[in-house]
Amino acid sequence: MLAFAIRRAFQSFIVLLVVGLVAFSMFNFVGDPIDNMLGQERTDADIERLRTQLGLDQPFPVQYYRFLEGAVQGNFGISYRQGRPVSEVISERLPATLELAFVSAVLAIIFGVALGVFTAIRRNGWAANTIMTLSLIGVSLPTFLIGILLIYLFAVELGWLPSFGRGDVVDLGWWRTGLLTQSGLKALILPAITLGLYQMTLIMRLVRSEMLEVLRQDYIRFARARGLKDKSVYFRHALKNTLVPVITVTGMQLGAIIAFAIITETVFQWPGVGLLFINAIRFVDIPVMAAYLMLISVMFVSINLIVDLLYFAIDPRLRIEKSGSGK
Amino acid sequence: MAKTVKKPVLSVKNLSVEIPTRQGILTPVDQLSFDIEQGKILGVVGESGAGKSMTGNAVIGLLDPPAHISGGEIRLKGKRIDNLEREALRKVRGKEIGMVFQDPLTSLNPLLPIGEQLTETILEHLPVNKNEAQERAIAALEEVGIPAAAQRINSYPHEFSGGMRQRVVIALALCAEPSLVIADEPTTALDVSVQAQIIALLKRLCRERGTAIMLITHDMGVIAETADEVAVMYAGRLAELGPVRNVLTSPTHPYTQGLMASTPLAAKGKKRLSQIPGAMPRLTDLPFGCAFHPRCPIAKDKCRSDPAPTIEAGGGKAACWYVNGEKS
Ligand SMILES: Nc1ncnc2c1ncn2[C@@H]1O[C@H](COP(=O)(O)OP(=O)(O)OP(=O)(O)O)[C@@H](O)[C@H]1O
Ligand SMILES: [Mg+2]
Repeated sequence: MLAFAIRRAFQSFIVLLVVGLVAFSMFNFVGDPIDNMLGQERTDADIERLRTQLGLDQPFPVQYYRFLEGAVQGNFGISYRQGRPVSEVISERLPATLELAFVSAVLAIIFGVALGVFTAIRRNGWAANTIMTLSLIGVSLPTFLIGILLIYLFAVELGWLPSFGRGDVVDLGWWRTGLLTQSGLKALILPAITLGLYQMTLIMRLVRSEMLEVLRQDYIRFARARGLKDKSVYFRHALKNTLVPVITVTGMQLGAIIAFAIITETVFQWPGVGLLFINAIRFVDIPVMAAYLMLISVMFVSINLIVDLLYFAIDPRLRIEKSGSGK
Repeated sequence: MAKTVKKPVLSVKNLSVEIPTRQGILTPVDQLSFDIEQGKILGVVGESGAGKSMTGNAVIGLLDPPAHISGGEIRLKGKRIDNLEREALRKVRGKEIGMVFQDPLTSLNPLLPIGEQLTETILEHLPVNKNEAQERAIAALEEVGIPAAAQRINSYPHEFSGGMRQRVVIALALCAEPSLVIADEPTTALDVSVQAQIIALLKRLCRERGTAIMLITHDMGVIAETADEVAVMYAGRLAELGPVRNVLTSPTHPYTQGLMASTPLAAKGKKRLSQIPGAMPRLTDLPFGCAFHPRCPIAKDKCRSDPAPTIEAGGGKAACWYVNGEKS
């Protein structure tokens, strides 16, 4: 298992190097930051000074090496637009995104699994059929539309919940949380639903189909023949056997939640890194874009790594094959 | 058969199972009657699709919808169990009736240690605490011949061979001390070398506890060695039922006669095996009259028009118009 973990970690490292190259290449191929940073009235001296300050006068490999060296230390240079260190800008914004993604993911997993199990057990009931039909809407409606509909209904028509922003936040020093104030929690509801709805329906449909498959297995029949209670048959025996594929997809979806936060954050003007990224694109703020790319890929890669390790925790058969050819 | 004073553990009377399908209602089990006494083994044989598993599943209440019991009654130790509520039926399963399936590789939950699967069953049915359940689990594993049971209690199913897994399955079926075990082809999926061991084990344990067994199998050798009585099924009906010696050596139903002539063991001494021509009809197009008549060497007009009556014959009963060639 250790060998497996090391191998996966190495693969993750390669992935990050490649993403790093892509992120870094943007510096050379996308727009001209100098143009954006300096207004119309600029002198050649200004340009030259800024070029040196940003390290843009160095040759490509040197710049790439510097970029990597900085990236490892969490240093992505200076934001072209804000003139402050990118790490500072991002770490200010990150808690908002992580809280939103976390709450969405928890909602998606809890409701996705519960509804998936329910619709599988009550396969032909009207409630299960209704949920399945509704879930088609959840899968097919684009995120921004769901967001706008929710805003229209709950913010504009009913006036129950705010339509934008993050509400009041509490500063914990290194983390600014919106989870501790009432307005913060209220502001979180609509964006979290918007962001998590697609993932929830996806998880639900997956859990359902996996459950239906598992419920056909001999060991479920045998569990029934042993007179175990339905609760035990469904949750102890069946659900656990659906977890490996469910965790795979859920893990990928967690990455997707963080990435798709861009859209939700834009719709709700949520002050997270997604919104920061959108604004960075608008102003060709390449250091911010590069840092965002790296951040997202680190998250994707680490989630995948955790998912792979979870397999071992769940399925004892994998633990045996560790030294063999197991992937 | 002579009426016995002892009450049978399992008594099935005129059991019918129906499956509504688009082609109409199928009857995979039709008017089936048999008894099993305490400590006795009833062998159930018949071609693939004859309805053996359906019968077993009906008895333990595990028919997959839309299949359902449509008539008759099933009594366990005198109590009807075919019309029980879901929850009451669940308490009968495992506690009163144990079941052993064909494939030990798929019968055990791969993600749970075998000890846990045992203790959950024991805790479900017996008034014991966790420690006692654990002890009982170890004892049950020892009884079925798992070496070093106490150490292996936390092993997962994949750490056992097929034969060992079937032993675990038998331990699971017997751990709440049921009065009846239904074993549906318990050795078909196993290596030939361990088949005899498993059958011997099942037989010994049930003898010791007085557990009745309904043993579904294709293997006439197993029937000859283990069963007390044998029921021969054909197209969902009982063709013949009787003491194993009688049925194997002097069958009365033409189908059983053909079946025995085609089995190496029973046809011992004969120069060559014969075969019954044709195949068992599908449930969707059962012939008129006796279902066996298209393949029957002695079929007459009567057989083509009316279903055969079940009559006493050869120490048991047979469903035939012309048992041993004579009109009944
Ligand atoms: N859902 C279903 N729909 C229609 N027919 C079915 C269904 N399930 C089972 N059958 C039919 O019921 C009949 C009885 O099946 P059963 O499994 O009891 O046979 P069996 O005697 O156990 O055969 P085998 O020796 O192959 O296990 C078969 O002809 C089968 O095709
Ligand atoms: Mg069968």
